[in-house]
Amino acid sequence: MLNDKVIISLGERDGISGPAIAACATAAGGSVAFIATECFV
Amino acid sequence: MQSQEAIRRLAEQHGRGKVLVLLGAPDPESAEIAAETVVLGDPSYAGPLAGAQLGLAVYHVLESAVRAEIPAAVWEAQIGVMADVLNAEALSQAVASVRQRGPGA
Repeated sequence: MLNDKVIISLGERDGISGPAIAACATAAGGSVAFIATECFV
Repeated sequence: MQSQEAIRRLAEQHGRGKVLVLLGAPDPESAEIAAETVVLGDPSYAGPLAGAQLGLAVYHVLESAVRAEIPAAVWEAQIGVMADVLNAEALSQAVASVRQRGPGA
């Protein structure tokens, strides 16, 4: 599912951070193209 | 808002089928809003994705299908206790409900 995909990592400060998600996605073979940690809206 | 612009650009650049969005929202409500934004368009109609039905693949990082692909050591180091603190089942259901409402679903 993640392997070979372009990954957009949208973390949130009170949940799981963008960089943490990105590290997981990279380890699963995804290519992380954007990382953010924010209140999305 | 900057995120919305970046997401639109990446979807155009790589194609919708190639892009996958992973969320780290702490509660089902914010997870649903974020998922809805990248699938059906910005529900607040305030950002660049207002009215844009990108229909991107979107999952919460705590969904079992995502977790299954992440090496255990990486998961423990990056997610760790948050997997127990957050309600993975409710978050998964919130994002799945948006996927089911997406274009072509």
